[in-house]
Amino acid sequence: MHVDPEILRLVAFLVGVIAFAALNAAYLVWLERKEAAHIQRRIGPKEVGPFGLLQPLVDGIKLMTKQLIVPAGVDPVLFKIAPILVMVPAIMSFVAIPFSDTLVARNLDLGLLVIFAFASVNVLGLLLGAWGSRNKYAVISAARVVSQNVAYEIPMLVTVVTLVMISGTMNLSEIVGLQMGGFWHWNILNLAASPLMPVAFLIFFVCMLAETNRAPFDMAEAESELVAGAFTEYSGMGFGVFFMGEYANIVIGASVATILFLGGWDCPFGLFPGVHWFLIKMYFLIFTVIWIRWTFPRTTFYGLLNLSWKILIPISFVNLILTSAMLKVF
Amino acid sequence: MSDYLKEIISGTWSLFVGLGITIRYFFQPVVTVQYPHQTLPMTPRFRGHTELVPDPESGGPLCIVCGMCEKACPSNCITVRGEKREGVKGKVLTEYTLDFTRCSLCGLCVESCPVTPTKAITFSRDYNLAGVSKEAYIFDLKKRLEAENR
Repeated sequence: MHVDPEILRLVAFLVGVIAFAALNAAYLVWLERKEAAHIQRRIGPKEVGPFGLLQPLVDGIKLMTKQLIVPAGVDPVLFKIAPILVMVPAIMSFVAIPFSDTLVARNLDLGLLVIFAFASVNVLGLLLGAWGSRNKYAVISAARVVSQNVAYEIPMLVTVVTLVMISGTMNLSEIVGLQMGGFWHWNILNLAASPLMPVAFLIFFVCMLAETNRAPFDMAEAESELVAGAFTEYSGMGFGVFFMGEYANIVIGASVATILFLGGWDCPFGLFPGVHWFLIKMYFLIFTVIWIRWTFPRTTFYGLLNLSWKILIPISFVNLILTSAMLKVF
Repeated sequence: MSDYLKEIISGTWSLFVGLGITIRYFFQPVVTVQYPHQTLPMTPRFRGHTELVPDPESGGPLCIVCGMCEKACPSNCITVRGEKREGVKGKVLTEYTLDFTRCSLCGLCVESCPVTPTKAITFSRDYNLAGVSKEAYIFDLKKRLEAENR
């Protein structure tokens, strides 16, 4: 029997991408708990397996054994579809991410656009889940999520447009290819294109935190005010899928930041580029995301919107104009 | 305009200062005690429930069964019994029961103990007190001492 190698490749990448997303979602919870513990000078999970490494497994089993309660009065379709709407786009985005020059599921010419298109569906999932829950906390949370994501999508996309202007392509592999050959070629230090590039990276990173609803921008599930926000009515694996989707989105965000600004799989010293450098950079960014969560308290909602509309958007536009002027002049 | 930029720069800097503090904590050693596996050493003056002091030579109780503690106890939670034995000077302790469900840890029993130079009862350092029945807190201190000697 003859099997088309393209189909085998497809299946291998499908399994690989889902496994990578699920493993990351599980073990980032472990990393988060460990890192939070050490920042607070505790140990964190340590009883289940060596260094508590089996903890995610046990947590998963616990969530799966819990009853999936669908409260009376919720919208039955939206309530059930919302966790999937958060998880599936996150996994789909992995398809376009190049981990190294050969390790990419689909080398799309518009890979960057695909990732941002899928990232927006995440908000829709939270909105529908919260609306479908018919819970006042969830609805407040949904309103916050939407206005937060609208506010932060603008500076993020303006920064990305700046980068696309510099690179002249939306193909993620090509964007990395332009940054090869040492850390002074990376976009974060591409001062010849725009002296504000490090600032652009900071803006992108802050927007990524806000887009993934991470602290200090976790207004969507501000537990001191909104119980659990959009997740209030969810139990068992319904909540678990939301949670995994959130962590998968963090991985996507960190991967995109690595590709756009930190030279993807390029080695800082020009030696042995490969997938390991990509993973090192990506996990360092994820470490920083968790580090930020356990350092800063949650902002107020007005502070959050002011930061975006009054600071991030003007600066990202200044960067855009400066970059286009530099591209025209030099 | 300059105030606006100054605020942004000082604000960003303050964020990095905060991150610096937490990362220093991250690399500092853990300070929590892993309770069931580790316990803190109790201070010498910690007043737990009472326990019998062993004779440093024989290991048996120093108690002379005078009954002073029994009389001193305001909650009547101590029962001391002893008997005369052939060839032994004084009384021999046969029972020392502390009903810890009624004990208020006042320490009058320890204060009233006439045995010199070391008192025959003392405060234990045991603070891991948990049980499923009331009877678990009627301590047989003589048995406790024998169990410790073994």
